[in-house]
Amino acid sequence: MTDIPTREWLLSDAPQTRAQARLGAIYQGWLTFRANKLAMFGLIILVLLLLMAIFAPWLAPKDPFAQDLAGRLKPPSAANWLGTDALGRDILSRLIYGSRITLFIVGTVALVAPVIGLFVGTVAGFAGGWVDQVLMRITDIFLAFPKLILALAFVAALGPGIGNAVLALAITSWPPYARLARAETLTIRNADYIAAARLQGAGPLRLLIGHVWPLCISSMIVRVALDMAGIILSAAGLGFLGLGAQPPMPEWGAMISDGRTYILDFWWVAAMPGMAIFIVSLAFNLLGDGLRDVLDPKGAKE
Amino acid sequence: MSQTDTASGGGQGLPPANTPPANTPPKAEAPSHRGARLRRRARSLGGLVLSLALTLLGLLLITFIIGRVMPIDPVLKVVGERATQAQYDAAYQAMGLDKPIWQQFLRYVSEVLRGDFGRSISTGHPVSEDLKRVFPATVELATLGTLIGVCVGVPLGVIAAARRGGWIDQIARVLALVGYSMPIFWLGLMGLLLFYGILGWIGGPGRQGIIYDGMVPTVTGMILIDSLIAGDWGAFRDAFSHIVLPASLLGYFSLAYISRMTRSFMLEQLSSEYVTTARVKGLSEARVVWGHAFRNILVPLITVIALSFGGLLEGSVLTEIVFSWPGIGQYITKALLAGDMNAVLGGTVLVGACFVGLNLISDLLYRVLDPRAS
Amino acid sequence: MSPLLSVRNLRVSFPTRSGTFDAVRGVSFDLGRERLGVVGESGSGKSMTGRAILGLVRPPGRVTADRMELDGQPILNLPERQMRALRGARISMVMQDPKFSLNPVMTIGRQITEGYRLHTRTTPQAARDKALEMLRAVQIRDPERVFDAYPHEVSGGMGQRIMIAMMLAPDPEILIADEPTSALDVSVRNEVLRIMDKLVRDRGMGLIFISHDLNLVAEFCDRVLIMYAGRVVEELPAHDLKNARHPYTQGLLNSLPRLDHPVERLSVLQRQDSWRDEEIATPFPGGL
Repeated sequence: MTDIPTREWLLSDAPQTRAQARLGAIYQGWLTFRANKLAMFGLIILVLLLLMAIFAPWLAPKDPFAQDLAGRLKPPSAANWLGTDALGRDILSRLIYGSRITLFIVGTVALVAPVIGLFVGTVAGFAGGWVDQVLMRITDIFLAFPKLILALAFVAALGPGIGNAVLALAITSWPPYARLARAETLTIRNADYIAAARLQGAGPLRLLIGHVWPLCISSMIVRVALDMAGIILSAAGLGFLGLGAQPPMPEWGAMISDGRTYILDFWWVAAMPGMAIFIVSLAFNLLGDGLRDVLDPKGAKE
Repeated sequence: MSQTDTASGGGQGLPPANTPPANTPPKAEAPSHRGARLRRRARSLGGLVLSLALTLLGLLLITFIIGRVMPIDPVLKVVGERATQAQYDAAYQAMGLDKPIWQQFLRYVSEVLRGDFGRSISTGHPVSEDLKRVFPATVELATLGTLIGVCVGVPLGVIAAARRGGWIDQIARVLALVGYSMPIFWLGLMGLLLFYGILGWIGGPGRQGIIYDGMVPTVTGMILIDSLIAGDWGAFRDAFSHIVLPASLLGYFSLAYISRMTRSFMLEQLSSEYVTTARVKGLSEARVVWGHAFRNILVPLITVIALSFGGLLEGSVLTEIVFSWPGIGQYITKALLAGDMNAVLGGTVLVGACFVGLNLISDLLYRVLDPRAS
Repeated sequence: MSPLLSVRNLRVSFPTRSGTFDAVRGVSFDLGRERLGVVGESGSGKSMTGRAILGLVRPPGRVTADRMELDGQPILNLPERQMRALRGARISMVMQDPKFSLNPVMTIGRQITEGYRLHTRTTPQAARDKALEMLRAVQIRDPERVFDAYPHEVSGGMGQRIMIAMMLAPDPEILIADEPTSALDVSVRNEVLRIMDKLVRDRGMGLIFISHDLNLVAEFCDRVLIMYAGRVVEELPAHDLKNARHPYTQGLLNSLPRLDHPVERLSVLQRQDSWRDEEIATPFPGGL
């Protein structure tokens, strides 16, 4: 098939099959998304980040852990494009390897928190009554708690480390998703097609999984995309405080913390990882904005 | 067609039919109307307080659980590594650790309610005393930050909405986007490097220069205010040169959030019909925007400002580390690294309680400011 | 007698992603001290016509006309400051739903006096007296109480009467009523209309009554414009409605049930593309 017929097939007003309709809808969304230059910019950066993480061993010019005390705190040069840190390690190589850690943290939290939230929120909204009351009360308590400080307390209790940092972030990030999922469920619950499905004998579990969850997904995705930047910043904050990834792991937040001591004389040690964090979270924010325009046109107006 | 107007036919004009779908029962006749509204308000106020009390209890439950899962042995921290078994057991019993878990929780709640968070191992003082010392420093920072955020963010958001797509809107958008994407501690370090290290415009880390340390008598614990009370301009100027950068940083993040929210609230209001009504009356655009639309966003805006203030109390953790600011964030972090669980939990409870208190205040203000709240 | 308002070839257009959308395409009419009904389905451009007269079409919308005059003075695209002096003082508008068109956080009294004080520069006390007088004029029994009430505390019919009081307080010459009763209970519609009608006639104002309800318009107006797809397709005296020539008007009339002429089955309006652009035979009053 050449390009033109494919395009027409996708944009057809009268799709022949369900698959064609679905692919057509995705393609329409993609066209809207592509028209948003900033969102495309964000997407490109994130794709590059992903490639960087995958091909880190081939891309990194040096070993990120190799110390060279003779060449410590060197400014950016041809040999070390972004300079070296206090132990003479190549900052660029550490940043490249650090992208793996960032992606791991963000990916895990972005998978775990919305799933908890989706589950709690839809069950609360669908069941109603005291189940709703109890679940939402718990959600409110978590929401009332300062997120970063709660995460700090969790890490303090569980011990510093990247796994516990992820856990703490997930535990503190799910409540907004639960709220969102519940609100969506409440509007879906009384819809006629749910009544129709119920009349056909669908049980509550089937209604929940087959009808409610799929409809919550798109608003959840938007919310996740918009939250990613916040997760990156929180994770970097934990790393900066020494509670996330432990040395010698090249976590970006911890790298800033390393550079803090030398900030007045050797600015690049702290500046470079900060730029990396900024660029990646900016990319996520741009992507989130673009996704919102596609998936949640109502929210985009705001 | 029936010509009877229930409104004018029914005397005082609050017909049961035809009432807008406010979630209130059919309204009573005029004289007792206000009284009924007040009673309803009082009842829901009771519900509000109850729900806040439940939330606080939940907070305590969470901190209690966190305290229990802590891998550090709290008894050992008290009696020291070289204590005998007898000493250890005595302390174990004195701390109530032999009791059933729910009794321990009750004990914990009653202690916290009495303001007793136990003794900090790292400072040797009762945690409550430590908190009294460090909290004003954080409040001072967060208040100034919120002030900057409100004074710049609200007008920025309103103008961005009123001139949608204009250059102010674009600037506000970029400011907010960058604010949402920037690691605050890193920006703080860079600011310190530029304004302190290179330009030398501001005081360095800490709250005061060495020469002013302890010179101003403590009244509120906020040095800017205390030095004004003491009439010590030198100390004020010194304190200001130390707070200006961290407060501006926090202010920037608050501004990013507040301006975005203000803009979106305003856009919603500006597209509503009563704004058209105001324009039809011939009002100037400034009066339409500020006199009509803005008055309608006051209520949600107050919630946003309260949320943002709470966010800064929390966001100050990282800022305080960067600027060596002796506030609650630094206190918690230091305690955390020292395994000083009493201090960590005490600080956490305090900040959590502040969040709950801020919620309460914004709820109460909502009741006062919105005529529809009843 | 020269008309109060004279409009020729009014066009309102909005740029969209797929070219320009013309909401109003060459509307012409004259309004004297009379009640002019404008009837059309949603999207026919009738509301936009009203807003264009008040200069309320916001950019990027564009308004053009060969002529738009109030008492012989051109009012098309006036500078905002001059337009504001006109709005409320000489031309006013009542909108569809008082639930949305009254400011929910401002007392009714303030909302009425606000516009009045702006245009008359009078004292707060005089403005209050005027507001109470207007509330009485729209047959609100307890004007003092309503003056201090908030919009959510009054019913829809009452809210619309308050709107009328508010808009008529500065004594405008023209009132545009944009579907003023569509959001109201059927039981209070006629009362609101009668009050509005009486006030407008007593003051010798011109009324533009925008509605989708042909019967209502025929009952309350002197003359009727029928709009379709942004154009006036027919113009005729209200009592002469059954002699309508344009197929759209005839279609509209035939789709309404009639007590004096019951039919087995109401006919459904069949739209024709030709109505959008064909030459319209209706002569303009006073010529172009």
